[in-house]
Amino acid sequence: MAEKTGSKDLELLTFKVADQEYSLDIMSVREIRGWTRTTPMPHAPAYMRGVINLRGTVLPVMDLARRLNLPSQDTNDRNVIIVVHLNGVMTGLLVDAVSDIVAMRRDDLKPPPEMTSDAQASVVRALTVIDDRMIRVLDLGAVVPARTDEIA
Amino acid sequence: MSDQNDPMADIRASFFVECEELLEALQDGLGSLDDGVGDSETINVVFRAVHSIKGGAGAFGLEHLVRFAHRYETVLDEVRSNGLTPDHENVKLFFRAADHLSDLVRASRDGLTVPQDAGDALLAELDAMLGTPAETDEASAQVEFTPLGIGIDLGDLDAPFDAGSAPSTRWSIRFQPRAELYETGNEPQILLRNLARLGTADVTCDVGALPLLLELSPETPHLAWTIALDADVSEAEIREVFEFVDGLCDLEVSLALYDDNTASTAERPPAADVNAPAGVTLPQPDTAPQDMPAPPPARRAAEPPARSVVRVDLERIERLVNLVGELVINQAMLAQSLVSAGLSPHSDAMNGLEEFQRLTRDIQDSVMMIRAQPVKSLFQRMSRIVREASAAVGKEVRLVTDGEATEVDKTVIERLADPLTHMIRNAVDHGLEPGADRVSAGKSAEGTVRLSAAHRSGRVIIELSDDGGGINRPRVLQIARTKGLIPPEASLSDTEIDNLLFLPGFSTAESVSNLSGRGVGMDVVRTAIQQLGGRISIQSESGQGTTFTISLPLTLAVLDGMVVDVAGETMVLPLNVVVETLSLGPDDVQMLRPGAELVRVRGGFVPLYDLGAMLGYRSRRTDYTGCIVLLISLDDGNRAALVIDGIEDQRQVVIKGLDDSFFRAPGIAAATILGDGQIALILDPADVIAGCLVPLPVDARLPDRSSKEERLEHG
Repeated sequence: MAEKTGSKDLELLTFKVADQEYSLDIMSVREIRGWTRTTPMPHAPAYMRGVINLRGTVLPVMDLARRLNLPSQDTNDRNVIIVVHLNGVMTGLLVDAVSDIVAMRRDDLKPPPEMTSDAQASVVRALTVIDDRMIRVLDLGAVVPARTDEIA
Repeated sequence: MSDQNDPMADIRASFFVECEELLEALQDGLGSLDDGVGDSETINVVFRAVHSIKGGAGAFGLEHLVRFAHRYETVLDEVRSNGLTPDHENVKLFFRAADHLSDLVRASRDGLTVPQDAGDALLAELDAMLGTPAETDEASAQVEFTPLGIGIDLGDLDAPFDAGSAPSTRWSIRFQPRAELYETGNEPQILLRNLARLGTADVTCDVGALPLLLELSPETPHLAWTIALDADVSEAEIREVFEFVDGLCDLEVSLALYDDNTASTAERPPAADVNAPAGVTLPQPDTAPQDMPAPPPARRAAEPPARSVVRVDLERIERLVNLVGELVINQAMLAQSLVSAGLSPHSDAMNGLEEFQRLTRDIQDSVMMIRAQPVKSLFQRMSRIVREASAAVGKEVRLVTDGEATEVDKTVIERLADPLTHMIRNAVDHGLEPGADRVSAGKSAEGTVRLSAAHRSGRVIIELSDDGGGINRPRVLQIARTKGLIPPEASLSDTEIDNLLFLPGFSTAESVSNLSGRGVGMDVVRTAIQQLGGRISIQSESGQGTTFTISLPLTLAVLDGMVVDVAGETMVLPLNVVVETLSLGPDDVQMLRPGAELVRVRGGFVPLYDLGAMLGYRSRRTDYTGCIVLLISLDDGNRAALVIDGIEDQRQVVIKGLDDSFFRAPGIAAATILGDGQIALILDPADVIAGCLVPLPVDARLPDRSSKEERLEHG
């Protein structure tokens, strides 16, 4: 883990999805779990992988590759589920592998260039470069669909 | 005030909890007054509730609350002390004032503000009811103070020493209020009157400390009272009267020497006589001039015996419920591992496990009972909705409630409030005809909305019915056709037409304004009920009214379930819907039309549904021979046959909600955790079948096969 200094005010968890590198603000990550069998939900959207038992609560798991319209790869034991926390709701994101935790300055983040008709554009909040590799910083709020509202 | 470090915050929180109870008692009392079953004690209960709220509010400096409660209380006091019987209109006014009071309580709790106009208007009405000029605010009352006669008639005080009465014990009480007592909204007058109820009291007002009017500081109390009380009571009982002002006054209670009439009237300073006809200008800011004739006789005996109640933080109960849930899951795991260890079912371990299961069940039932609450509080809220809705549309509506004592899980009660509110508004607005139409239809002008709750075969049934015109089916059909919700040529049964109201999209602004039936957001209502694991159905009779029936599980925590296998997935069906299980023979299944099959069950025909295909787990079967079928009964009395792939077990499962996930799968009520730690989905069969009847969007029906295959590899 990179050294934390006063100037480095942001920590990112980087991971691989369909051989591409993505990252999330580590503050939204609750835990990382190994792959377990999911129980599929009938009639769910394709990216919705199913639900798993997270210490007694039912956790929906989303296939991040499908969500980002990337080619879905075979699931194997090396896959991990990143449990994220957004607006009080926990969601699991199925990714290929977790790579690293990097500390950086917020200034190092660059907004993605405007590219229309790119389905991913809206979920990628920023870009950054670590060791010459481009890392996409995901906008969690755009990835995890807003939950259906309760009674009006 | 809501600061966490504030030591008052806890006390304040418990005050608001108490307020809820008092408001409930208030509503109750008003309810019995309205029904004409209340006696003189009822108005006292109502009065006490308002008074206690006022007292507490004063302690927390909630001025708005104190001001309103004070004047509400004054009016109620007039009514009770004059022995007036409030008529229907009066009670309605009291109800509205009670509603406003609860608004104020909630606003104070949440730190909101309530527009004062409503309160002022209500106060004006309350004052008008008594025919007395409206009381002005205390603040202005001091400015325009005119010396009025205060008739604080303390009943028997006039003749305290009548011959023949053999007083038992004489107490001498000296009571000197401090400024805080008035600031917190207490009134010595009421305390003194309560004291007088204990026995024969001779009250002397000590005006010795009263300064000249010029030097009088209106905020500082100068009066003290000396009371000689002849009553067979203990000191504790006397102190109990002053319980609420403990620390706010100087109180001395002592046994007086019995020296016969020493405090004779002649020695009393003239102005001190509480019965003085006029001229005493009380400097206390809170003691607004009032006319208080004869107090009611003491009615302490009429108090119902206090139940012993523990107030527990809901979170602790939640924790207990969760732990019990874990216990049930662990017990299932244990059972599973014992079975897989190859133990004989007659071994000691298995017998012990059985006993363990029984105990777990008992614990679970007891814990659930802690969470159960009578639906009364919910119904009371609904009576307010009826009052407001009927006032808004100008209809006379009476709410009749039944089965208020029916106990339901607290969460269910809380989450029922919104849908019920919605339905009640619908019933008042659309269900009941305007008064004139009712009269011409031969009904009474006053519409009736009936709300009832009952336990029926392990579920809670809540019925909401009105005696209105019923659903205007041709109109509903027409709207559904115009909106393209049903094909124009479709012919629907009456029940099917009624159920159109639950279709999303049926409720749009357009249809609300010109629809004489119902349909305002009923799909939202149904979704909410389904989220509670419940179902809703309609019965309507033209000209007779409409009844909505909500059927809910008793608890949201456990379920007796049948664990079945559907296309390799373990799923749970509520046991209470399963009527019987069948194994299909080669000739049992008949085709009705392509894609629709029937199964013959003892002379009857039951529609057959292939569960695996309906859930999108696999394609439809072509041959049902040898399949296992669950015959289930639906709420509307119909039956259906579900094809499954195997029955695994029958056991109690802990319900884990799915509502926090962003996707609600049709037909899935909840989930549970199996003995092996895996999650199994709990089916709502009625919803599965309903989902089958209403065609889903094509893409949503596509089964996600790829993930399924991978799962099988790894599972």
